[in-house]
Amino acid sequence: MAALNDEQIMLRDMAREWVQNEAPVSAFRKVRDSGTKLGYDPEAYAAMAAMGWVGIVIPEAYGGSDFGYLSLGLVLEETGRTLVASPLASSGLAAASALVLGGTESQKQAWLSGIASGEVVAGLAVDEGPRHEPTKIETRAERSQDGWRISGTKSFVAEGDGASLFIVAARTDAGVGLFLVPGEVEGLTRATRRMADSRSHADIRLAGVQLGEEALLGSEDGAALLDQVLDRARVGTAAEMLGMAEQAFQTTLDFLKSRVQFGQTLATFQALQHRMAKLYTDMELMRSVVEAALEAVDAGRSDLPVLASLAKATANETLHLMSREMIQLHGGIGMTDEHEAGFYIKRARVLENMWGNASFHRERFARLSGF
Amino acid sequence: MATALDTPTEKPLDAFREEARAWLETNFPKSLEGKENAFLSIDAPAQTSPDYLAWKQAMADKGWGVPTWPKQYGGGSLSRAEARMLAEEMARIGAWNPIGGMGVMMFGPTLLEYGSEEQKQRHIPPIARGEIRWCQGYSEPGAGSDLAALQTRAEDKGDHFLVNGQKTWTSGGQWADWCFALVRTDSTRKHEGISFLLIDMKSPGVDVRPIRLISGSSPFCETFFTDVEVPKENLVGPLGGGWTIGKRLLQHERTNLSGGGRLAAAMGRSLVDIAKHYVGTDNEGRIADADLRQRIIRYEMEMRAFTMTARRVMEEAKGGGVSTASSILKNVGAKLTQERAELTIEIMGMSGLGWEGEMFSESELSATRSWLWGKAVTIYGGSTEIQNNVIAKRILGMLDHQ
Repeated sequence: MAALNDEQIMLRDMAREWVQNEAPVSAFRKVRDSGTKLGYDPEAYAAMAAMGWVGIVIPEAYGGSDFGYLSLGLVLEETGRTLVASPLASSGLAAASALVLGGTESQKQAWLSGIASGEVVAGLAVDEGPRHEPTKIETRAERSQDGWRISGTKSFVAEGDGASLFIVAARTDAGVGLFLVPGEVEGLTRATRRMADSRSHADIRLAGVQLGEEALLGSEDGAALLDQVLDRARVGTAAEMLGMAEQAFQTTLDFLKSRVQFGQTLATFQALQHRMAKLYTDMELMRSVVEAALEAVDAGRSDLPVLASLAKATANETLHLMSREMIQLHGGIGMTDEHEAGFYIKRARVLENMWGNASFHRERFARLSGF
Repeated sequence: MATALDTPTEKPLDAFREEARAWLETNFPKSLEGKENAFLSIDAPAQTSPDYLAWKQAMADKGWGVPTWPKQYGGGSLSRAEARMLAEEMARIGAWNPIGGMGVMMFGPTLLEYGSEEQKQRHIPPIARGEIRWCQGYSEPGAGSDLAALQTRAEDKGDHFLVNGQKTWTSGGQWADWCFALVRTDSTRKHEGISFLLIDMKSPGVDVRPIRLISGSSPFCETFFTDVEVPKENLVGPLGGGWTIGKRLLQHERTNLSGGGRLAAAMGRSLVDIAKHYVGTDNEGRIADADLRQRIIRYEMEMRAFTMTARRVMEEAKGGGVSTASSILKNVGAKLTQERAELTIEIMGMSGLGWEGEMFSESELSATRSWLWGKAVTIYGGSTEIQNNVIAKRILGMLDHQ
């Protein structure tokens, strides 16, 4: 555990308590069973926003608390534990980061307080295919008479069904720029992608969407900004995955301690003890790299890209193994829909793909390190 | 805020850092720069060059060989933060600690915790000055992973114990002055029948025979005790209390052994540099063998994660000393040490398997020997399997498999 100050400890404890009491895994099951296209419970998200969680990385002047990424990571870790379905990572982490890092005064004024209060749900729309490839962007943003005209299709946009604002990466004459695209603008259509994790994902089609000058976030050559935003999204996602891995581990450990076969609890079998010891060891390493990356964002370290890739690659691999072992160690019960193991493995795979899978980040780590 | 990052951010120089920097500038001989013997604790007797002796003397006088031990016993009485600054300042100029070995890493901290005042006054200062070498009398031919099955007997003869039995894997036994040993003082009880005894290796009846390893070196010995008389004052802690003390010492051992990473780093060039030299690069500057490159990447990433974890565990243990996390660090550090050695010889191909002679470079010959020697690290100090038992039982609360 990173060294936390008193306020951070309070925040974490508050998050832990709320998650346990108000948003256990059964709450996620309810959302899934309701068949909502939105993919989350708006009342729960409103409660999270009211507690200030959505504004943690937003400056106070725009309705946030400017409490830093390590703090937001603590909340994401806790909500990850019970698979809380909410747009916190899309809106309060990824989109908020883009606006804070690249927004003009008027852009921040226009959007940030709405994001912090939860009234605006924003999504980051970068990828255009099933794999994370931020260098392969074909969506075009062309200068028009009084602004921009954007055409292209974004795939698998998280919270794509409910978002009222998209931050869209599009190719300009100068490179790749980020654009603020309101959800209800003319020419924008959404096509829902029903996926295994029962959360909201949608393809967003932009057919010559007309926007004003103020739609451009940062510069027309905004690849560096995009990289910074993505690294924050990666690190925060890794924190959510850390919480998932911890809970998957704990649930499995509790099961092994209670399930009796051959007249003894499964926890007494050395073959299982050693597998759990290995998983526990992996999780300790995972915690170190995730916390280090969160702290690197707050400290403004120049090697954040390396640390972010280290964190996401490690999180991907550790949660991948954990979610597989969770099912195997539970045996048949882990295969049933009644049990929660399936929820963890489905959500795990989606997050593994989001913002770069393990091989993407190993390669990035290596290139940045001169291998 | 404390940080788990593996490269410390620049801190303002405070008074202690200034002092350490100035003192090192005056006292560390430039000729010794980077010439640390990474296997100090178990290798041949220490170097004896005049510069080395002067450096050791200076560190002993200053108490900085054991920076956090109390001044009254020859330590430096530094805080953990100061000791870390000292280590950073030493690393900055390629300086290293000439005072080490099992006395410093394991026995000293244990005796400071469990020894009587007389024992501390007698034994700690010579360790702090690097004058006395200690070896560990734990394992026996019939008691390896199941250490508590040990049979070496210490009979109460009134004013002394009479010790009979055989220890094995006595690291550096042939060069040691003293041995801290676990002996059986009661054969009716397994764990409670074990006591912690200090034995002078010059006592009559002590016989040491080096064991030759697959690496060709003999860092370990068999040690035979035949009617060895040991004064009663050499018992540490209560009679039958040796298992508790002995386990505590093992935690110190694991914490230090987990420095496998440090050991690997001390081995010289990075794997990436070695690979670029032997395998070459493609037109984008990448290591030419794609499969090998992937495995080096994985190794380097896990190494970073391990370093961060070691630092995090130290931060969390603030003032609390060793923790159960030592088992995790030991396992990961040991695995990485072996992984690095296997990758190194693979990169070097046939040249990484040279045994001796001028047809091989020094680094190639050392790669071969390190690779073979390194097979010890997942076995000694509690094997990987034993550490996994410790993690499962003590940390995870999974019940005993026995």
